[in-house]
Amino acid sequence: MSGSDGATLTAPPNAALKRDMPLVPADSIAGRALVIVIAIMTFLACLTAGGAILVADAAQGWRSEVSRDVTIQIKPATGRDLDAEAAKAVAAAQGAPNVIEARAYTKQESEKLLEPWLGGGLDLGQLPIPRLIVVRMKTQDAADLAGLRQALAEKAPAANLDDHRLWLARLDTMAGAVVALAVALFLLMISAMAMAIGFATRGAMAGNREIVEVLHFVGAADSFISRQFQNHFLRLGLKGGLIGGLGAASFFAAASILSRAWANSSGGEEISALFGAFALGPRGYLAIWSIAVAIALLTGLLSRIIVFRHLRRLQ
Amino acid sequence: MGAEIVRDLNFGIAPQSFQFLTGPSGAGKTTLLRLMLLSLRPTRGIVRIFGENAAELDKDSITGLRRRIGVVFQDFRLLEHLTTYENVALPLRVMGRDEASYRPEVVELLRWVGLGERMNALPVVLSGGEKQRAAIARALIVRPELLLADEPTGNVDPGLARRLLRLFIELHKFGTAVVIATHDLTLMDQFSDARRLVIGDGRLQIFEGKSR
Repeated sequence: MSGSDGATLTAPPNAALKRDMPLVPADSIAGRALVIVIAIMTFLACLTAGGAILVADAAQGWRSEVSRDVTIQIKPATGRDLDAEAAKAVAAAQGAPNVIEARAYTKQESEKLLEPWLGGGLDLGQLPIPRLIVVRMKTQDAADLAGLRQALAEKAPAANLDDHRLWLARLDTMAGAVVALAVALFLLMISAMAMAIGFATRGAMAGNREIVEVLHFVGAADSFISRQFQNHFLRLGLKGGLIGGLGAASFFAAASILSRAWANSSGGEEISALFGAFALGPRGYLAIWSIAVAIALLTGLLSRIIVFRHLRRLQ
Repeated sequence: MGAEIVRDLNFGIAPQSFQFLTGPSGAGKTTLLRLMLLSLRPTRGIVRIFGENAAELDKDSITGLRRRIGVVFQDFRLLEHLTTYENVALPLRVMGRDEASYRPEVVELLRWVGLGERMNALPVVLSGGEKQRAAIARALIVRPELLLADEPTGNVDPGLARRLLRLFIELHKFGTAVVIATHDLTLMDQFSDARRLVIGDGRLQIFEGKSR
């Protein structure tokens, strides 16, 4: 086969030249396994972040709904006319500063509140059920309650004022704990993924030692060589990130549709009370895609750093 | 650290010179070439290359110097997943040059070494002689100031060996300093103007070429 020296008469093969092979062969890297690992990690990271956003949003929702409401409670006592006391308290509240609206729950409404716990069709007339008055305030400021408290003390001494503060504090703690847990999980996943990328990069370097050596001999700078690996890993990262992000986005979209479909079922009400409509807003989806892109960039950058270090050691 | 392979050598390679480096197998020819290519550092002594002390060079300077050196390995060291064209263009590609800018030069050189019809072939389907020529073309493509070739005719028939030698002589005439490591006496006899560096027992003897 040697000696085909007389080849000068052929047409220029420029158009037919194969000339765009990557210098690091694609099949020399455990690409598929890495894409799967990155996809799973991205999916979990997005799920964690999306879950944290849902909880934080829901907590914010409860807070803004509840914190402007305060409740006045009138407990039954011997010889106390609950309806009359309730009317007095409503009048006092309506006259107090910063109050928008005050409304007493009727006896029937109060009894209905107990239905989920005691069951329907019972005669609750014998039970000492307190009467509730819901007051909506102009602001969320605790200081504004002073006027109301004073008015009640003067005009309806049987009334008890509950401003939900304790409940809100607990809610804040719970939401904070959930978000902190999510952040910790997120960091763990990212570290695990970084390690997987590290292993894959080192494996690729070992598998392509010969190529790296030849590239050095023909005058390739370290930056050039590490760029070849980085580009390859960036592509793997983009693929994995895209699959994981798409999975997480579909998961939240499906969860939102399902939660709407189940909204009227027995468990549905609790879930929607906890997470709202289970709908991740545009902010949530933006977070998912940002995570996916960040993970792809991280993959490229990490492999570049590792390759660069490895090449330095070769010197 | 093992025993010293070569010691107490003192020689220079003049610009635009042509020399054979010869000696029995295992005498240290490849080691000497690797020292010149800066892929080995001497345990003692000084290697100066293009006027620079090799021991004091940082990585970027080594990269810069290697771009002025063409090297042909005994085992060719073509990248198996790249075509002949891509292998030969590699030194230009790693310099970051645009493919369109060097395409004509590479195609021309490939034709010159008789690989015009094999540009899209992968090394695995090339014969020994074709691989040899591809490896030589890769070393020549940057028009190096110094060409180091390790047994460049070791895998070819005498006819092709003669043609390859003519290629090196041609290159030398264009101004490249050529060092060919070989133990092929017939090859050396075909170019008696060349200087001979004979290495044996770790020492070096120099015989100037006939015309000098």
